[in-house]
Amino acid sequence: MGILLFGVVRETVGSSVLEYPAAINDVASLKRWLYEEYPSLKQLSSLLIAVNRTYATDNQAFSNTDEVAIIPPVSGG
Amino acid sequence: MDVLIAIKDNITVQEALEFIQSPACGGEVIFAGTIRNNTQQRPVTHLFYECYEPMAISEMQKIADQVKEKWAIQKLVMLHAIGDKYPGDVAVVIAVASAHRGIAFDACEYVIDILKETVPIWKKEFFADESAH
Repeated sequence: MGILLFGVVRETVGSSVLEYPAAINDVASLKRWLYEEYPSLKQLSSLLIAVNRTYATDNQAFSNTDEVAIIPPVSGG
Repeated sequence: MDVLIAIKDNITVQEALEFIQSPACGGEVIFAGTIRNNTQQRPVTHLFYECYEPMAISEMQKIADQVKEKWAIQKLVMLHAIGDKYPGDVAVVIAVASAHRGIAFDACEYVIDILKETVPIWKKEFFADESAH
């Protein structure tokens, strides 16, 4: 399973699933990697990571057996 | 507290109303969020809603858990529509029933406010000038 992408992040990357980048195993390093690969994401007002369907803090670790998703600013309602 | 949570293509106020009706409840509050035909005076043709469904359901359940802790609410409905939605369509319905109206108003406003902050649902707006945001 790859990293799940939604909304503006999916449009920026051009895919709804991203391969796990090598050597990335915590939230902070995933965010750093995303900002390096896709600098336009820095313009978003927030970029959260969910691990196993729960919002994760920067220091949370994950492996490729976890369900990881990138959550751009939500806009339901 | 009885709870109905759903994310699907089409939702109605009627299904929410039917779920919350109870002879034990004297106050029923329903919020319906509908598609506006403009955003900051720019004409909107339609919106597209997408969601991360399993997490969205989980976050909606967390809101229901908070409502249960805060108020003596007896029935709670949270419905959200996904897909293409046009002006006048219902995008979200929150319905709350309790013995008296006060806490039903409070809980209903709380639910829609938190839903818009935490539930992973996204809208994309399509404008009459063919741009999208």
